[in-house]
Amino acid sequence: MLRARGVASLLAVGLLLAACGPTTQGTPTPGPSAGDTTPPGATVRLNGAGATFPYPLYSKWFDEYAEVSNTQVNYQSIGSGGGIRQITEGTVDFGASDGIMTAQQQVAAEQRGGPILHIPMTMGSVAVVYNLPGIPSGQLKLTPEALADIYLKRIAKWNDPRIAQLNPGLSLPNQDIAVVHRSDGSGTTFIFTNYLSKVSQEWKEKVGNATAVNWPGDVGGQGNEGVAGQVRQIPGAMGYVEVAYAKQNRIPWVALANASRDFIEPSLESTSAAAQGVDLPDDMKVMVTNSSNPQAYPIAGFTWLLMFVQQTDCNKGRALVDMMWWALHDGQQYGTALDYAPLPPDAVRKAEAQVRSITCGSQPLLER
Amino acid sequence: MARPQTIEDQTHGRAWRSLLRRPASPGDRLFQGTTLLAALSLLGLLLAMAAYLFYVAWPSIARFGVRFLTGSTWDPVKEVFGALPAIYGTLLTSALAMLVAVPVSLGVAIFLAELSPRWLRAPASFLVEMLAAIPSVVLGLWGLFVMAPVLYPLEKWLASSLGFVPLFRGPVFGGVNFLAGGLILSIMALPIITAVVRDAILTVPAAQREAMLALGATRWEAISQAVLPYARSGIVAASILGLGRAVGETMAVTMVVGNGYRLTARLFAPGNTMASKIATQFNEASGLEINALVELALVLFAVALVVNLAGRLLVRWTVARAAGGGQ
Repeated sequence: MLRARGVASLLAVGLLLAACGPTTQGTPTPGPSAGDTTPPGATVRLNGAGATFPYPLYSKWFDEYAEVSNTQVNYQSIGSGGGIRQITEGTVDFGASDGIMTAQQQVAAEQRGGPILHIPMTMGSVAVVYNLPGIPSGQLKLTPEALADIYLKRIAKWNDPRIAQLNPGLSLPNQDIAVVHRSDGSGTTFIFTNYLSKVSQEWKEKVGNATAVNWPGDVGGQGNEGVAGQVRQIPGAMGYVEVAYAKQNRIPWVALANASRDFIEPSLESTSAAAQGVDLPDDMKVMVTNSSNPQAYPIAGFTWLLMFVQQTDCNKGRALVDMMWWALHDGQQYGTALDYAPLPPDAVRKAEAQVRSITCGSQPLLER
Repeated sequence: MARPQTIEDQTHGRAWRSLLRRPASPGDRLFQGTTLLAALSLLGLLLAMAAYLFYVAWPSIARFGVRFLTGSTWDPVKEVFGALPAIYGTLLTSALAMLVAVPVSLGVAIFLAELSPRWLRAPASFLVEMLAAIPSVVLGLWGLFVMAPVLYPLEKWLASSLGFVPLFRGPVFGGVNFLAGGLILSIMALPIITAVVRDAILTVPAAQREAMLALGATRWEAISQAVLPYARSGIVAASILGLGRAVGETMAVTMVVGNGYRLTARLFAPGNTMASKIATQFNEASGLEINALVELALVLFAVALVVNLAGRLLVRWTVARAAGGGQ
């Protein structure tokens, strides 16, 4: 008894010491600060944080870019929510997100550093995957209505007539559909529920669109790997994962009817097509799900870098816009090998205009 | 019947007290002050944590009141948050874990302390302790990729043959559910309970056993009537330690509990726990959901406190009963 008490007190002292210790390591120094703090010509270090989805591409970009410039970028993939929080608090030079900031978040950021830009960098899409032995990838066809009804649990069995009539050639089992969703908050969920809200009034009213929602159905998995793992293990399961993940792990996916009623499989081309030949607003705060382009896969979207229009450190700001310009042009080629869909010409033009609008002390930063 | 003297009586007895009352040397005083500070800092830390949780949770507490505890929807879109399914899930999975872990641990501990051949004792104890060293994320992955697929056909069979019992009603989705959560927790609680129970059994004086055996008792009678009653408070304390682990465990349980969010008696339904809900939602939460998640943490804090207090009372009660009943 005595000994146990002694140990507890020792532990308490240890905790206190740990709490009082230096805490300066590891936290990035605040980015935006007044005036020119970095001498021109020296190595510029930029800090960014946010979305995990584009991380493989971003880290490739920043490696390549360090070779051709004197800019080194440190990017931490802490999730879109964290990226929005950090750019708002000014602890990073840029944030990254798979979703558009909410009105509330934008107000908070604008109070801190003025107008904030959403600059699209690359595109991704969400594959609807399934586990039905004997039905190869792309063979199962679904309409948006059927998909929404499955996720609303209105269609509970695979041999439901609403699925069967779309797939006359397939023999569908009399089996429960186990609906799998992401248990953690995620940009993938944001795109997926955004799509369902556009194609189903009932979904929009009952469930809605967010990084995490009140799911009517079944099982949750942690991360893409968690969802894919559940779908693999549960016969008759259906789930949604990033296309790159489904492709690399060879999980069969659904051919989904798009807005012009063509059945489209997810691919880099059909993903890029979602933002080509459609109306894009200048601020690019747009979800291109359910695109009107007849070649488009309907569950596709941008991922954005977030940065303030008014940069306070001109050297850093200049390095930042140069890096963005490079990523929007030379950088796009690295996407395909990593399964990211390049931005279509329409989107690049809009993004260029946004980068040109970035200023330091009311001077535009981009010198071209 | 006179109450037998315990070690605690001796160390905290009159002799020791009078020694303490002696005029203390400056060194002693310093020592006493330091330890007092250490003890108080622990209390302070606990209070500061509770106060901070309360402060951050306040918008949610003010908005939902009791409905937070009785509501069963968690809807970040409409900003309606009710914690009941998560509270229920924590209690259910912990109870399942205890149901499995306590008897198994008792068996393992009795074997290790009383029945095991000498050469097996050390390696077997070592293996049990190794189980405690497995990181929970590894255990979770094992649960997801090994345990759940093994349970799945069993559960399907149970659901089809005993489906009329609400507990076993289908549909079954791939073996990730309340039951899997409970089983993973039982594996995590097992080494803790086993180690403490084994130590408790080892402190039972040999004379107890010898007396029983001399009276012609079998091994089983000696253990069940002389050894286990003597070790009772240790067994209860061990179970409480294990329960504490089960209530707060996050990672492993998240991976196998299925992450549904509803109130149901079905063991095969995908469920959730408080710790798991906090862990999965916090990173991407914003606005009121953050406050609600912190309130959930506060509730978890309270549940853990109640469980611990109840455990302490139970230990005291068993000790008192053992002493009063006379060995």
